[in-house]
Amino acid sequence: MLEDNPDDSAARPLVRFEAVSKRFGSIVAVERLSLDIFEREFFALLGPSGCGKTTLLRMLAWFEQPSQGRILLDGADISAVPPHRRPVNMMFQSYALFPHLTVEGNIAFGLKQDGMPKPEIAIRVCEMLALVKLDGFGARKPHQLSGGQRQRVALARALAKRPRVLLLDEPLSALDRKLREDTRFELMELQEKLGLTFIIVTHDQEEAMTLADRIGVMNGGQLVQVATPSEIYEQPNSRWVADFIGDVSLIEGRVVSSALGQTIIESAAGGRLIVTHPGDAAAGASVAVAVRPEKVRIEAMPSPARNENCFAGRVTEIGYLGGVSIYKVKLDNGLNMKAAVANSQRLTEPPIKAGDQVWLNFPPDAGVVLLR
Amino acid sequence: MILATASREKTRRDWGRRLVILIPALWLTVFFLVPCLIVLKISLSQTAIAQPPYLPLLDLAAGWPSIKDFIAGLSFDNYKILGSDWLYLTSYLRSLAIATLSTLILLLVGYPVAYGIARAPRRLQPLLVMAVFLPFLTAFLIRIYAWINILQREGLLNDVLIALGIVREPVVWLATDAAIVLGIVYSYLPFMVLPLYASLEKMDESLLEAAADLGAPRWKAFWLITVPLSAPGIVAGALLCFIPIAGEFVIPDLLGGSDALMIGQTLWTEFFQNKDWPVASAVAIALLAILLAPILIYQHLQMRALEDR
Repeated sequence: MLEDNPDDSAARPLVRFEAVSKRFGSIVAVERLSLDIFEREFFALLGPSGCGKTTLLRMLAWFEQPSQGRILLDGADISAVPPHRRPVNMMFQSYALFPHLTVEGNIAFGLKQDGMPKPEIAIRVCEMLALVKLDGFGARKPHQLSGGQRQRVALARALAKRPRVLLLDEPLSALDRKLREDTRFELMELQEKLGLTFIIVTHDQEEAMTLADRIGVMNGGQLVQVATPSEIYEQPNSRWVADFIGDVSLIEGRVVSSALGQTIIESAAGGRLIVTHPGDAAAGASVAVAVRPEKVRIEAMPSPARNENCFAGRVTEIGYLGGVSIYKVKLDNGLNMKAAVANSQRLTEPPIKAGDQVWLNFPPDAGVVLLR
Repeated sequence: MILATASREKTRRDWGRRLVILIPALWLTVFFLVPCLIVLKISLSQTAIAQPPYLPLLDLAAGWPSIKDFIAGLSFDNYKILGSDWLYLTSYLRSLAIATLSTLILLLVGYPVAYGIARAPRRLQPLLVMAVFLPFLTAFLIRIYAWINILQREGLLNDVLIALGIVREPVVWLATDAAIVLGIVYSYLPFMVLPLYASLEKMDESLLEAAADLGAPRWKAFWLITVPLSAPGIVAGALLCFIPIAGEFVIPDLLGGSDALMIGQTLWTEFFQNKDWPVASAVAIALLAILLAPILIYQHLQMRALEDR
């Protein structure tokens, strides 16, 4: 991982969206969105389909023009830069390889447009083929390649002009799962090796989490949260983000008191919660407490010392995922809650079965207070 | 046992497949191959004042000697006439020249039309394709006669040109090569537009975006991506027009002059005026052979494209 500090306010952003809006007729795709992306960053735009993430990427590639606001690249408005001077290239979701050209022809296409001399083009094409591990495939046509190989050609073609920013639109979505996982690591290696800025659009949160230095979570044309993958997972800033990223149990309630970093919440369904919370939450505020299943302990006996963050219930369903098992528990207060237990030992007989009475509890630092 | 059943099953399926091919094969034999052979035979015969107007005639009932006489009576004399008389050679060359010129103009006119339709909003496209075809729901001859009206000395075209002050005196349009080419381009346009549209309509929009992303201006992306990818449509459209134009009779006969003939007209004259069936047949067979060449080239290209896939 790069140890750049993207939040360093002294650093000048390489890409800056300034209150950018985009409307298609009456449909608002992107709404007054501002975002800074820094040099050498691997940035992921993550969100459900239709959230405007692809539109944002396409505006940066100048396939769409913002209805309002401006986009700065290295401090200059990109609308003022002619297309062939913009150091931005895009890798398309469909790869968009030219079917009538060979692999070499595809990779060389952009270089020829720049009027690079032929011997230099040949050298660059060779470099690119080596970079994506496709040496010897130069003379093939795209339809003679496998899906994974085509993806590499698309990547090589987009990188051939040595852009400063590489845009990737769902680059791995057409690959099967195993290949996708391998390719993820290759993409990360490539980004580090080349020292470029990568901006990826994806709806796959696992992809965004593994690849990106920072994630911008989008919904309804707006950025909901911009943070590192671990912050987004551990400190989601809203119910929507908590629910969108990973598995979570949300417990609605009202703040009783908040002091010394500890917030006490009365659950709406009954029961008292204590959560470590760095900010203030005014007493009486209605909040949600988000708890990730893997941070919830499930026990067959009530723990005698506890009153808070402790709920009795009955197991309704057990999902066995190999490494972990997910227990769905119907609490006595009517809520549903999930607990994930690592299967660290090989058990032939599960200790807890569906229908069993159980007690769930979690430490104060496991929960997150969500005001929004 | 299982293998035997499987192979029997396979033979049965093979027979099924053969039967499916048999119907078109029969059709082509009866309505194309046999007439072709008859024409070929006539082209090897000699004219005679008789009914039918050529010799020798094949009389199978008279037995072997008659067949021997028949074969001895066939000759390539008519083809020698085709090669030695300038009338035929110039007719052929003229037909090929007019067909080439018309096909090129059709491409230049048809491509923008097809491109425009392919880039129009999807729901409008069927309507626009219909619009290209709509004039062809009226009779072909009526449309050509309408052109005679437009192109004649006191016709619409001269009226408009004089009214606009482009010319002072009426221009002679009718009975010129320009009129022939104009009539051909007008008549064959849909046959050029449709195959072009079919190949342009399939074009993936993101390919042009990729070209733009890699720094190609629009006209260059069009030239480097759109045109090569529509090559099958260009070839199909060009052949679909070139072949019938080369044998065209009605348009040059009605719009063209009488001094230089296209091969279709020469053929007509031989057949109906000179009553020389054998030479007319030789003209037809030679034309078929000439037009076979582009078809074979096209087939070859198609096979190569398929192998590429």
